[in-house]
Formats: sequence, C-alpha cells, structure tokens
Amino acid sequence: VEVRREKAGGVGGGSDLRVRQLRARDLLRGNLEGRELEQHVEESVLTTTLEKALDWARSNALWPATFGLACCAIEQIALVTSRYDTARFGAEVFRASPRQADMLILSGRVSIKMAPVVRRIYDQMLEPKWVIAMGACSSSTGVFNNYALVAADKFMPVDVHVPGCPPRPEALIHGILRLQRSIQGHPDQGWRSRYRAEGTEELPHPNVVSPPTSR
Amino acid sequence: MPDPTGLELIANELRERHPGSIVDTLHYRGVATLLVEPGQVLAVLSWLRDEPAQGYRFLASIHASDYLPQEPRFGVHYELLNMERVERIHVKALLADPGERALPEIDSCVELFPAADFQEREAYDMFGIAFQGHPDLRRILMPEEYEGWPQRRDFPMGGEPVLFTHNEYQMPRWYE
Repeated sequence: VEVRREKAGGVGGGSDLRVRQLRARDLLRGNLEGRELEQHVEESVLTTTLEKALDWARSNALWPATFGLACCAIEQIALVTSRYDTARFGAEVFRASPRQADMLILSGRVSIKMAPVVRRIYDQMLEPKWVIAMGACSSSTGVFNNYALVAADKFMPVDVHVPGCPPRPEALIHGILRLQRSIQGHPDQGWRSRYRAEGTEELPHPNVVSPPTSR
Repeated sequence: MPDPTGLELIANELRERHPGSIVDTLHYRGVATLLVEPGQVLAVLSWLRDEPAQGYRFLASIHASDYLPQEPRFGVHYELLNMERVERIHVKALLADPGERALPEIDSCVELFPAADFQEREAYDMFGIAFQGHPDLRRILMPEEYEGWPQRRDFPMGGEPVLFTHNEYQMPRWYE
C-alpha cells in the first residue's frame, strides 16, 4: 500500500504552521487580498452575537459565594473535592465576598431571622447573578415546616431548585448544568415534556411565540 | 433524686418554714417534683439553695410548658441539682392563663441564680411567660419584632403548606 502525504488546503499552501503564520502576518499588515483573504477568514474566524458569547463565558465561569446555611453545606463542600470536582464546569471558585460572586447556593434552612441576611448578601452581589435553592428546606422549608423558617423564593428570586434532603453532589452538579443551560438562552428545563404539559406556557403577549426548545 | 419519703420530708419542712408554699408533691418515674405556689417560688428556691441540709446550689434548667386543655394552663419548671450528692429535684409552678391581652406572670430568679437569665428569656420568647424583675426580658431566639408565642399549643403550625396524599384534596387547585 502506498501512502501519499499531501498538504491539506488550497491556495496558500494549507495547514503548514509556518505558512499560516506568514499569512496571519500578511493579514495584519494588510497585504492579504481576494481569495486568500476570504479563505483565511473562513478558516480562523468564528462569528456569533455578542450576547451569545457573553452568555457562554458567564455560564462557564459561575463563581459561587462561600455561603453555607446548614447540613446541605456539607454536600456543597464535597462538590469541590476531587471526587466531584466542579472545576469541570467552571463553578469551583468559591469567593469569600459576595461582590465577586455570580451564584448564591442556598444550602440549608433559611430561618426568618436569617432571611434578611441572605437577602442582603444577594443584594450585594453584582449583576448578573443567579440563585440555586439547594435541598428541600430552602425550597419549601422541608421537614422544618414550622414557625421559624421561610422558603427562599418568598423573599428573593430563585433560578433553580435542587430537590433532596440533602441532595447528593451529583444532584447539585445537575442543578448547575441546568443553570448553565438557562443562562445560555435555553430556559426550557424539560419539565413540561416530562409532565406532558406542552402548550401551557404563559406568555406576556399573544403575538410572542414560544421559544423553540432545543430537544 | 430524693426518694418519695425524702421528698415528703422536704415538703413538710417547707410547709413549716413557708406556710402555703407547697401545693402538692409528685414522684413519677424517679423524678421528685415539688408543686409550689407561684407567688412563693423564690422562697422555695432560695431555701433549697441555702439550707445546708439541702444544698441544691446548681440550677440545671428552667423551662416552661403549656397544658392547654387543663387549667391552670402554663407550667414553669426549675431543675435543681445538688452537686455533692448528685441529687436532682424538680420544682414546678402552675400559672393560670390571664387571657388574650395579658401574660402569665411569675417572679424572676436571676437574683438567686445568674444562669437563669437566658433561660428565662427563652421561656418568655417561646411561651410568653413574663418573669417579673428580670433585668432584660427580651426575645432571645425569635426576631424582636416577632408577634406571638410560638411554642404555645394554640399557636398555628405556620410554614408552607405541604402536599401529602392525605390532604391533597383539601388544598385548593393543588394540581396546578
């Protein structure tokens, strides 16, 4: 069997690194024209909208605030260990200041005495910011359903609720992935298809059509 | 714990020293309880603390309770401990419910036992029992602007309505 090696690509000599370097230099100097310029742009430039690029960057660099409320915080700590390793999803940099954080994970029960503190931390975070209510307590007060607790979405907006008591770190990772998905402009979390509830979306204007689901 | 005989001896001595102070005695499941008249609770506690033969110098706990269908409704409990003999005695005062507007009142024992400060505040916070003469009677656990006495039996459970199978049809439009 005869093996022939050929350089890929056409006019400018293909993918040879030196050739491409020289072509990039020519481009910067303004010496590249016509077909060569067109091909260079096709090979090396990706076009998108600014919003999409921003959403992509934001969703892959979610910095959580260092904030634990109760037993769910233990699972939240396990989230950054090497076994679960949220660095894979860009959400491992727990910041000690809410000014530097993008995401607040409510890991535990919120008492009515703690609620103003939580709300203040949320208000101190810079836009854009997202909230994950982790576990049954912060979503619905869970087993501590009494006079002392309040559900988190009574006093602040919550983007993702992660059920469980406490949720395993995998469940929280799932919540983070759902949050990334909704940041990247696919707010459909798939529950309508699971509960056979398509067509029940409430839209602000009758002429606005439902955004296409990506699945 | 004093045995039933020892409890009766303590009660009789108290009846002699402070007439009308002891309403009853109970000895139930090994717990010796003196049921005292609320107005004389300080006299009983200071006698149990200072009498050399008794020596209950350590206040282990103050707590309150609500026996709602019964009257008198509220109970204030003092757990005293003699640390030499490792004996405990339980002093209990029953308070009548003064109605919606007023709070049941009893004398504060912070002067006798400084450790009673926070525990009386907790009993006030949860049951609304006003300890007269307490230096700083504020709520200790609940927010200061909180209304109501959450551990009383007639206080609503509160919280979020939770959907169980036994109550799903009572919740309006639960399926939405």
